[in-house]
Amino acid sequence: MTESTLEQPKPGIASLLPDELETPPLSLGQLTWRRFRRHRMAIFGVAVVVLIVIYAFGGMLVFSEADANHAETGNALRAPTREHPFGTDTIGRDILARTIYGGQISIIIGLTAMLVEVVFGVTIGALAGYFGGWLDSVLMRITEAVLVIPQIFLLLVMARYFSQSIPNIKLLGRTFSGSVLVIVFVIGITSWPYLARIVRAQFLSVKENDFILAAHATGTSTRDIIFRHILPNISAPIIVSATLSVAAAIILEAYISFLGLGVRPPTATWGNMLEGAYNYIDTAWWLWFFPGILIAVTVLSINFLGDGLRDALDPHSRSA
Amino acid sequence: MNPERILEVKDLCTRFHIAEGTVYAVNGVSFHLNQGEAIGVVGESGCGKSVTMMSIMRLIPIPPGEIARGQVFYNHHDLLELSEAEMEHIRGKDIAMVFQDPMTAFNPVLSIGRQLGEPLRVHLGLDKEEIRQRSCELLDQVGISDTKHCLEEYPHQFSGGMRQRAMIAMSLACSPSILIADEPTTALDVTIQAQIVELVQRIRQQMNMAVIWITHDLGVVAEIAERVLVMYAGFIVEEAQVDDLYENPRHPYTQALLAALPRVDRRRDRRLQSIPGAPPNLLVAPKGCPFLQRCQFAFDRCRGEMPPLIQVGLNHQAACWLDVTTGEER
Repeated sequence: MTESTLEQPKPGIASLLPDELETPPLSLGQLTWRRFRRHRMAIFGVAVVVLIVIYAFGGMLVFSEADANHAETGNALRAPTREHPFGTDTIGRDILARTIYGGQISIIIGLTAMLVEVVFGVTIGALAGYFGGWLDSVLMRITEAVLVIPQIFLLLVMARYFSQSIPNIKLLGRTFSGSVLVIVFVIGITSWPYLARIVRAQFLSVKENDFILAAHATGTSTRDIIFRHILPNISAPIIVSATLSVAAAIILEAYISFLGLGVRPPTATWGNMLEGAYNYIDTAWWLWFFPGILIAVTVLSINFLGDGLRDALDPHSRSA
Repeated sequence: MNPERILEVKDLCTRFHIAEGTVYAVNGVSFHLNQGEAIGVVGESGCGKSVTMMSIMRLIPIPPGEIARGQVFYNHHDLLELSEAEMEHIRGKDIAMVFQDPMTAFNPVLSIGRQLGEPLRVHLGLDKEEIRQRSCELLDQVGISDTKHCLEEYPHQFSGGMRQRAMIAMSLACSPSILIADEPTTALDVTIQAQIVELVQRIRQQMNMAVIWITHDLGVVAEIAERVLVMYAGFIVEEAQVDDLYENPRHPYTQALLAALPRVDRRRDRRLQSIPGAPPNLLVAPKGCPFLQRCQFAFDRCRGEMPPLIQVGLNHQAACWLDVTTGEER
């Protein structure tokens, strides 16, 4: 009797249970990641942002804050050397150490200003979009009022008005100038209108869906409908907008600090390191080159990251 | 109130104030529902079936909607008088609803488990583990296997039939005493339709739950309902036990509706009958009988006065000035 080889189940694919052959369900997060990682510039952006965060926060281990603020007037305006790889500034502080500590402040300002913006923008947009009626009219007129004033002027006026009204604060073992808080608040309070409009528009369209009616019919409260049903549906535009506004906040901080109305020395930021550097554009390029290139690279990378997120989260770009 | 009656709707009127004027969607609808009873509500599209049910659930958007008058008694409370917070406790717990299109009735970004657990969390205050347990039982009850796996899945990974099952599971979560099914089988294919009808029948018997089944499919009604309400242009025009209605329709509209049904015992070369004309414009305040323009029996009295529901037999009422079997005026 000859035995057919077919009767012997081979180990391997054939012995897999049907259950194991099935692909596991992908969560929305996994789907997004699949699309995101195909976006080369976005991956590049993420890598650079990670490097810059390591630079700004890992640098703390090499240089102390005292190093960053230590002035050696005899050693002012030295070009990059072995001792000071990025050179020294007008009063002899080490620029490398200052870009590290300045980077921390710039990143923290970017993130916290974004948080302020998201809290304001989402709250106002959600209230206006969900409830509609007179509340919508009032909130949207306020939004438009903020929108028609050029942001830069508003920033400068508010920064000037509020500066030095807040004492220094101690956080994470560092002393922050009170002006950091002012800047965060001022940037946040002037940039929410765009987000509020996006959120309102999204609420207007999502709240008309059948599943919102179905949620009402199961007795879900209005608060739960707003936060548990509608917000998760519009997280994509909020995430993208928030990412891009981190970059915008870093630029704005640099802008006001450059004009001398932002974060006060001795607390370093990339922006206030540029302050005064314009007098030395020809003679001491290292004063503006290092903080300038860091701002540019950071903002560019965050924008790439935001673009990648937009493509990955946008349901209309499923082609990727 | 009869102790058996769990829901009693009296003279319900719902209107919508829109740019073009006022839409008279529901015009004085009265009916009742007994404990554990299944009633069918039939009528063509736009005749106020859904708006009636939405008014009972207080899900009409106000404005532009307005519940102009009427009472809805549930457990001796008039639902129309309750505060929004009190109403939230009723929705999903005492009166649950299943929607027409299972494709859009689930939130696409939340997992099935999360949505199924919502009424359990909101109404019964169960903790995570209990919700998980109960959700599995519910899915099991509606015939979905591999429940643990399904809880993690998202609506787009479910087929239409499965979603409607999940939707029914969700509506059953708090063991409601009334289930309002708003055309739950319209968006499904026929085999799935039959399964869903059977499922609801089974669960109704198990849980002694009353069911209001809205549909425009007279065949489905015959299978599920004990009593049928026929609606036309925001009015109930006939109410009868289901067999009685089919054998002995007493309103011209119901007659025309039944005559329009394709039947296996009729000659095939004959064309299907239809009802000439279109339903009346709901933007005009109703005066007289709404079926007037399409009715072959219409006479002067129909023009001036809307007939009330008149008792025409045991548990059988029709809103017509004419006894259509004899041709006599009432």
